[in-house]
Amino acid sequence: MVTAFEELSKDKVREIVAKRAAKEFKDGDVVTLGIGLPTAVADYVPDGINVTFQSENGLLGVGKSRKGDNIDEKIINAGGGYVEAKIGSSFYDSQMAFTMMRGGHIDATVLGALQVDEEGSLASWLIPGKFVPGMGGSMDLVVGAKKVIVAMEHTSKGQIKIVKKCNLPLTAYKEVNLIITERCVFKVTPDGLMLIEINPMFTVDDIKSSVTADFIISDNLKYMEI
Amino acid sequence: MKKIISAKEAVNMIKDGSTVMIGGFLSCGTPDTLIDEMIRQNVSNLTMICNDTSTPGKDRGKLIENKLVKKVIASHIGTNPETGRQMHDGEIEVELVPMGTLIEKIRAKGSGLGGVLTPTGVGTIIEESKETMEVDGKKYIFEKPLGADFALIYGTKVDKYGNVCFHGTTRNHNTIMATAAETVIVQADEIVDCLDPNDVVIPGLFVDYVVCREG
Repeated sequence: MVTAFEELSKDKVREIVAKRAAKEFKDGDVVTLGIGLPTAVADYVPDGINVTFQSENGLLGVGKSRKGDNIDEKIINAGGGYVEAKIGSSFYDSQMAFTMMRGGHIDATVLGALQVDEEGSLASWLIPGKFVPGMGGSMDLVVGAKKVIVAMEHTSKGQIKIVKKCNLPLTAYKEVNLIITERCVFKVTPDGLMLIEINPMFTVDDIKSSVTADFIISDNLKYMEI
Repeated sequence: MKKIISAKEAVNMIKDGSTVMIGGFLSCGTPDTLIDEMIRQNVSNLTMICNDTSTPGKDRGKLIENKLVKKVIASHIGTNPETGRQMHDGEIEVELVPMGTLIEKIRAKGSGLGGVLTPTGVGTIIEESKETMEVDGKKYIFEKPLGADFALIYGTKVDKYGNVCFHGTTRNHNTIMATAAETVIVQADEIVDCLDPNDVVIPGLFVDYVVCREG
């Protein structure tokens, strides 16, 4: 199989990753999504699975984006976009938001990363001297959510993101449970990373050459749906 | 009954060099009339405690652009490149605090606690130079209370007794900031005679002055 790095458009990468991440949800889950690619996960929740989306800025029950005349400027998501509050929603303040997030009341979170490592630590908020957006609510969320899913592009402009040990400042130490990219899925286990799924367009050697982390291969390695 | 005053009178009380908490998540639920008046009166050398520095040309972002802030304590500055530029050029000091920790530090101040223990930031640079403690085998960081001279907050409807209610996602940091400053000024979209007590989110005792939004 030819390596197909160039064949996957940004949109396709987003679709593969978001679709796979959405399969992690169980019926009735409360889920908090990060900004960027993880936001797309909401579009791929499988039929028959009912998921409630929580937002740190004060909305449990985030619905569709609102545009045009149908905007209520006082109802936004954490990215600042206007959204619908679904039936059964609630509004709350920041203290309640983080009681939910830090307090272990969120079933799963999906968020992006700059780096993730063998131990399940992730870095996502700071490149010293270059990129200093701040951590926002990510540190609390990653520490508090029951399941932490990193959903990201496999590499960034050729830069390896799944590493032996993060050298960027951490968002959280050993909190990640699953890493999903357009090329593969890694589970974080006590023995290190385990390759559990692979995109059929890529070989295990492709994966090995595009991460610096060591990993073991599941006896039950499956193909990702693309 | 609370004092209903103009934005001009309210901002007159804020001296240069004050520490000011300002509510809002991006531009949602933020006291924009009070901020515009701060710019008009050129209140400078401020320490600003807020969730984020908003976006260029908007509310808290304007305080940054007008160089009225010497230090900002926030969880996120990424939506306003000007904050990053000033930090990079040494014009402003930025202290980044995880959002959930920021709100708990403010809550600790407002509710008379000596601080909080949080697992957020354990094993990261947030832990550096802070005390840690183990409780039942789990490690926590000790975070101190955080208060301010002034809290400038937003309310959708505020009554003459200072009671505040909110619409949509405008509560954000406003509710807790109202408890943690020497002087609390709420900017209301609308001032009403009396709210239904069932609708009140911030009880009037926390509020010192009420200002009506202009424009």
